[in-house]
Amino acid sequence: MVDMIEPPSLEYLRLLPLLLVFGGACLGVLVEAVLPRRSRWGAQVGLTFLTLVVTAVVTVLGWRAGDVGVSALGSVTVDHPAYFSWTALVVLAALSLLLFTERRLNGGVSAFAPQAAAVPGSVDEELAIRARTEHSEVYPLALFSLFGMMLFVASNDLLILFVALEILSLPLYLMCALARRRRLLSQEAGLKYFLLGALASAFFLYGVAMLFGYAGTFTLAGIDQAVAAGAGSEWLLLAGMAGISVGLLFKVGAVPFHSWTPDVYTGAPTAVTALMAACTKVAAVVALLRVLYVGLGGLRWDWQPLMAAVAVVTMAVGSLLAITQDDVKRMLAYSSVTHAGFMLTAVAGASTGEGARQLSSVGSTLFYLVAYGVASVGAFAVVTLVRDRNGEASRLQDWAGLGRRHPWLAAAFSVFMLSFAGIPLTSGFIAKLGVFESAWSGGYPWVVVVGVVLSLVAAYFYLRVVVTLYFADPQPRSGQGGQAAQAPAGAADATPATGPAADGDGARGGALATEVRTAGAPAAVSSAGEVGVGRASVATYGAVVAAVVVTVVFGLLPGPLLDLALQAGVFLR
Amino acid sequence: MSIPILSVLGLLPLVGAAVLMAVPRTAAKAVGLAVSLLTLVLAGVVAVQHLSGVELAEQVPWIPTIGAWWALGPVDGLSLSMVALTAVLTPVVLVAAWRDEDRLGGGFASPGGPAAHRWGARGFFALVLALEGFALLAFLTTDVLLFFLLFDAILLPMYFLIGAYGGPRRRRAASRFLIFALGGGLIMLASVIGCYVVSSRAGQPSFLVADLAALDLGGDVGRWLFAGFFIAFAVKAPMVGVHSWLPDAAEESSPAVATLLVGVLDKLGTFGMIRFCLQLFPEASLWATPVVLVLALVSILYGALAAIGSKDLMRLVAFTSISHFGFIVLGIFAWTSQSMTGSIFYMLNHGFSTAALFLVVGFLVKRRGSRSVDDFGGVQKSAPVLAGLLLFAGLSSLALPGLSSFVSEFLVLSGTFSRYPAVAAVATLGIVLAALYILLMYQRTMTGPVTQVVRQRVSRDLDGRERWTLAPLVLLVLLLGVVPAPVLDVIAPTATATLQQAGVADPHAPLAEEAN
Repeated sequence: MVDMIEPPSLEYLRLLPLLLVFGGACLGVLVEAVLPRRSRWGAQVGLTFLTLVVTAVVTVLGWRAGDVGVSALGSVTVDHPAYFSWTALVVLAALSLLLFTERRLNGGVSAFAPQAAAVPGSVDEELAIRARTEHSEVYPLALFSLFGMMLFVASNDLLILFVALEILSLPLYLMCALARRRRLLSQEAGLKYFLLGALASAFFLYGVAMLFGYAGTFTLAGIDQAVAAGAGSEWLLLAGMAGISVGLLFKVGAVPFHSWTPDVYTGAPTAVTALMAACTKVAAVVALLRVLYVGLGGLRWDWQPLMAAVAVVTMAVGSLLAITQDDVKRMLAYSSVTHAGFMLTAVAGASTGEGARQLSSVGSTLFYLVAYGVASVGAFAVVTLVRDRNGEASRLQDWAGLGRRHPWLAAAFSVFMLSFAGIPLTSGFIAKLGVFESAWSGGYPWVVVVGVVLSLVAAYFYLRVVVTLYFADPQPRSGQGGQAAQAPAGAADATPATGPAADGDGARGGALATEVRTAGAPAAVSSAGEVGVGRASVATYGAVVAAVVVTVVFGLLPGPLLDLALQAGVFLR
Repeated sequence: MSIPILSVLGLLPLVGAAVLMAVPRTAAKAVGLAVSLLTLVLAGVVAVQHLSGVELAEQVPWIPTIGAWWALGPVDGLSLSMVALTAVLTPVVLVAAWRDEDRLGGGFASPGGPAAHRWGARGFFALVLALEGFALLAFLTTDVLLFFLLFDAILLPMYFLIGAYGGPRRRRAASRFLIFALGGGLIMLASVIGCYVVSSRAGQPSFLVADLAALDLGGDVGRWLFAGFFIAFAVKAPMVGVHSWLPDAAEESSPAVATLLVGVLDKLGTFGMIRFCLQLFPEASLWATPVVLVLALVSILYGALAAIGSKDLMRLVAFTSISHFGFIVLGIFAWTSQSMTGSIFYMLNHGFSTAALFLVVGFLVKRRGSRSVDDFGGVQKSAPVLAGLLLFAGLSSLALPGLSSFVSEFLVLSGTFSRYPAVAAVATLGIVLAALYILLMYQRTMTGPVTQVVRQRVSRDLDGRERWTLAPLVLLVLLLGVVPAPVLDVIAPTATATLQQAGVADPHAPLAEEAN
């Protein structure tokens, strides 16, 4: 078959952004091994942000130079959508990583477990807490994950796609389990994400095998040709498409593959949740677009109705379940499901737009991803700030009246909520307008009508948060700190029995931390204390401010970003 | 390039609102009033320029990709009268609310309850200015997307004005207002998107009213799009069926906010019907006319009957407004230049007369500490000026000849009669009922024996500030009632142009034919 082994030729310059992130991650591992514990944290932070800045610069330079093409022996496509998503991914990751660096809020320690291997509540853990150890590995892990995401959006080959999927997922599974507070919930989240993710990966791989059986090739272009030629069993093709779609929709968080979202989002450390909400969404949606539009473009009549149905169900389930939530993080998790639905409306529309300056599905989805991602990071950043003595107080009830005590913070959170709700003057409105317009142009006006109705439902729960912030009266809190975490346990699709155990653990961890922190202050450790806004470092405030500015500016003057997204709206085949 | 006066006019209050947050609390009220007066002056300049024949229009690309423009003007009679209404009412309500925060407690808040968390006066003034800015821009814009943006954005300041400064059940009322308005807005959003799709299929996407009108949106598509717009406007204008948020909102708002709500915000509904429903979808509007006329009639009668039955003064005024909005919609959809001119004029007059009514009732309610009609009686003995002004505002509301509302109501009814005599006949019943609800209200609250409580609490007549608040409104109502012609001359061309565009000619008056 193969006459001659081709010498592999890589376009190093074009792939430099990928290599940089990967290199930064590998260096991070070395730093972890070489440097003494004391200096690791600082070194990791410096290395990580240096990597991100350099990557961003290189990406933008490559983009401006128009250095596009199928690269790495046909396995990676560097095109305008890839450049756009890379830039978005690096920026959003940088914003979320700002939250990783937060140590002031916790009294000098990070939000990650001091020693992940220690059994929660054990002596080992207590010793680790007293020794103030930290896992600075989270930075290389995040970079590895980012590398996976960047590869994911640019994969031109189903195998590379699968490898990238695993590269982006594995570090996330791990990071989800690393929370300092409520460790059992966090570990449960990690395990759940891992098991369900593995199942979805299996579906994905199965789909890949089917498509290979159909087309005899892994490359998207090859599959496209095979579909156009129409040879082979159609069932094989459809089954393959279904398998791949399941894998991708799982990552997107679309119904019926969304069930991991609320638990994982709630259990994971909030900074990691921000990373997942913003970046994983970008990666998964762009990869989905690439596979459907490039590889399976010839099947669009088959997958369009499917995507429309998934979009409608996702919007409906996400928004209706979000109404019943009384925990902010969980509500934001369902909100991410809802937004996945809104984005899928554009995917279903598959409208190409006439020329590069008109609205297309890819362009409007890209805009949506940025608008949503930025607001998400901002919202989760605010969640990290609202605390009681046990850590984050994410029960909606605890946020009552925050607007009177901390007007600026509440105003920032309201901006994010309004953007999520798609209220004008925020980027969320333009984003929603864009995806709905693409869906309608693509021949799905009924999806738009349903979407509009469900937007009202969504607006209801976002505005409820605003109401709580400004108009609700603070509820007197019952003394025991453990109650703070009961909200998820009572929620519609409740966290199972570990809830109470984790609560106890949370209270305990909090008690210890308090003891360490206040060293000798009168111990009121059984009480969760008042809910207030913690003093954070400049990094967290910076993330919030940046997110607000971006949300408002792109709400008022979306032109430049929208043009950029639309110019990036055509995949290279 | 001259100064973009329309943009300045609209953005000035918005900038003022932002500045207000940075001004010391003590100076905030004065600065806020100054900004609103400056806006009024600017509005006057715009009016003078328009009258002297200058065509005022500004058009800058906003989001070129989807064909959205920052398009204000060209100014016509409709937008000019609405701008004038907004610019006049804002300083008036600011003065009316000048002392609200010191002595609120009365009927508008329960002592010790949620009222303890009332927001400060600075926030109030800033929100009112923001509302004014959004409203001015919305009345001036000729871009559908920009209008939608403002139509939704204006809800936020209003939501906070109701939710933060109203009575004990204000949160519920505010949420209800928001849900209704957002629901209507989102239905309209679907139509706005439809406009984009239709125009981009025709070649170049554009949201400009002029471009869209040239597309001649007819047939099924036009009807669906029309329905989306109309539902949103019907919620805003409140027509019966989707009106239930208004009485609650008006009841729980402070009088100043209720004035803005009914006087300015709700006008966006009827304004939108003329500017967007009729001008963009003439065919669909004609098709929907019978249904709309019936709805308008029901609104007129239902609003009047509910006002008669209402035991709450603020609710009563809100219901009268539903009835009045019925007249306005009737005039718009009667498709005669006379009735449409009347409707536009009505929008202006209704703003002034209802403002007067709400504010007087507000002063009364604040003194007594109750909104219930039954708690009053014999007020005219202890507070004659207040009673007199209430009577004046009431008479203006029931369209007494000589007052401005009479002119507009007459135009609406006579115009409607020339095309739909039966409809006009039924609508006339509304006038009779209007006399009933106003006079009954006056009789129950102002005349009769003075109760002990009323004597104690309503012992003070209107003070200087309160009289000065009402003076401009009284003056305007009288002036427009006696010499309406100059204003009508400005408005009439808009009505004629709208009808011309729809290809509808005025019917020959049946009476005139008989005379021949």
